Amino acid sequence: MSDFETVAASENQAARRGPSGEPGTPNQVGQQKVRSLAGDAWRDLRRNPIFWLSLLLVTIISLMAIVPGLFTPNDPQDCLLSRQNAGPSGSAIFGYDFQGCDTFSRAVYGSRASLLVGALSALLTGVIALVIGLLSGYFGRWVDAVLSRLIDIVLGIPLLLAAIVLLKRVGSDNSNARIFAVVFVLAILGWTTAARVVRSSVITAKEQDYVAAARMLGAGHGRIMLRHILPNSLAPAIVVLTIALGSFIAAEATLSFLGIGLKAPTISWGQDIDTGRIHMRESATPLLVPSTFLALTVLAFIMLGDAIRDAFDPKLR
Amino acid sequence: MFRYILRRLLQMVLAFLGTTLIVYALMFAGQGDPIQALAGERPVTEAQRAYLTEKYHLDATGIGGFFYRYFDYVRSLLQGDLGQSLTGRQIGDILQQAWPVTVKLALIALAVAVIFGVTAGVIAGIRRAGIFDNSTLVLTLLVLGIPTIVLAPLAQYFLGVKWQLFPPTAGAEPNFYALLLPGIVLGSLSLATALRLTRTSVAENLRADYVRTARSKGLVKRRIVSVHVLRNSLIPVVTFLGVELGNLMSGAIITEGVFNIPGVGFNLFRGIRTEDGPLVVGIVSVLVVVYLVSNLLVDVLYAVLDPRIRYE
Repeated sequence: MSDFETVAASENQAARRGPSGEPGTPNQVGQQKVRSLAGDAWRDLRRNPIFWLSLLLVTIISLMAIVPGLFTPNDPQDCLLSRQNAGPSGSAIFGYDFQGCDTFSRAVYGSRASLLVGALSALLTGVIALVIGLLSGYFGRWVDAVLSRLIDIVLGIPLLLAAIVLLKRVGSDNSNARIFAVVFVLAILGWTTAARVVRSSVITAKEQDYVAAARMLGAGHGRIMLRHILPNSLAPAIVVLTIALGSFIAAEATLSFLGIGLKAPTISWGQDIDTGRIHMRESATPLLVPSTFLALTVLAFIMLGDAIRDAFDPKLR
Repeated sequence: MFRYILRRLLQMVLAFLGTTLIVYALMFAGQGDPIQALAGERPVTEAQRAYLTEKYHLDATGIGGFFYRYFDYVRSLLQGDLGQSLTGRQIGDILQQAWPVTVKLALIALAVAVIFGVTAGVIAGIRRAGIFDNSTLVLTLLVLGIPTIVLAPLAQYFLGVKWQLFPPTAGAEPNFYALLLPGIVLGSLSLATALRLTRTSVAENLRADYVRTARSKGLVKRRIVSVHVLRNSLIPVVTFLGVELGNLMSGAIITEGVFNIPGVGFNLFRGIRTEDGPLVVGIVSVLVVVYLVSNLLVDVLYAVLDPRIRYE
């Protein structure tokens, strides 16, 4: 008996046992419930502890970014040199850093810039990837040839080096301008993987019968693309973008660490890790706290995306 | 094969021209008055202005002038003349001093990835879904998910400063021991990827028909794994490691910066910090070339290693 048959047989048994776990009555055997791909994936996800753990982490971090006041009463910009590197106390659970700012409070408020950059870059990446992937997958021929070569070229550019060159051109120190510059740079360098995923799912979707039916009913290219093909390419794109969100947050922190990403009035983990690193011999907590926050956030998004992708991948069943 | 290499070379030339054009346009074009930028706050005399205009062909304006200067830059780049950094040192000299250190560091990182990654990957692939396999999966997920800017300072703090197992920073003339910890940090990412690649490919090949044939011939498991399976499984790993060597040489900016290793990445790190534009552009241009060439070599190597792949 092949693997496939064993799986099918055990599935049958499970179905026969019915929802209550009792041995099934004859009339239940006939009506085996047909589940959709999404329903199946959800059933897998519900039983995956990694999914729940990463979802919990993502929720906490998002809450921190939206209402940081819930987690800490202290102002992260309220720095007094008199309490430089002071140890943990009732008012600051992780003590104070080199400038005398509350370490924990800075890490909590730092989630805002990180998540904002990550989410906006993922959004912009998604838009670029959907447009390019849709056009290239739907029209094929020379459009596809040109856009695929474009993807190859952008994929061949080393991300960090290109981001350094691009961001060095941004002279403005205005904090909003810098956030948008980082978002823009990450998006124009990072859309390729998502675009490839969209392109391949568009190519599969456009061969489907319902697309042919829509075309026969006289729907134009725009309508077919937006109403019939796009909804089918959205799910894989969202999964890729969840993982990308994690790596965008890491990339933003790296750029801020190097001193070309977000700058001073904006609180960012990358910068705090850099200053904490320089003063690690005096006190290590200002390094350890933002490092932990950053690592957990990036991990949470990557694990969440991984779990969803595995659940949706029929090959792993 | 020959035609493939030729086409690949042509592609590389295009990619080279494209990337250098972007780098050049971003750094030098449209930046106001370049002569004043060079002089800073000091006044520039008419004679100096005329000399510099003549020397750098600044009088030619428009698209033609831009491309003239761009090809000037590419020509000197190809001749190995990268110009001077803002501190007045020849960028070529800086790179000449920095390369050996970076290559040493990259080789250590690669050795770490091969020795630990491939071995653990083979074991995990053979004992799939066992304790070893699952724990390596979790560990590699952690390593892949934690950014270098967290990993490098933490390794430096715990292993270098707190427990003092390794020297926390490398000096001007780093020895092997000083480079070991940065090498491990740098190589950990490649280690994780190499491990996962080896694991998947070994597990896949173990189910192949030729393994069943070998087993029914009565070969011992050791020989099946070490001769039949490994040979086929290591092809994607070798390719990955080849690409990685190029990445390691160009991507060590953070690690070299944190551990104070006077390599290429460190100089780039310092160039960014001190706003040394020419130094940054010079190093980035060279690194892009290294990256492109290593990608080309790997593609060719891939064709040589795997006889199933035939390029037109």
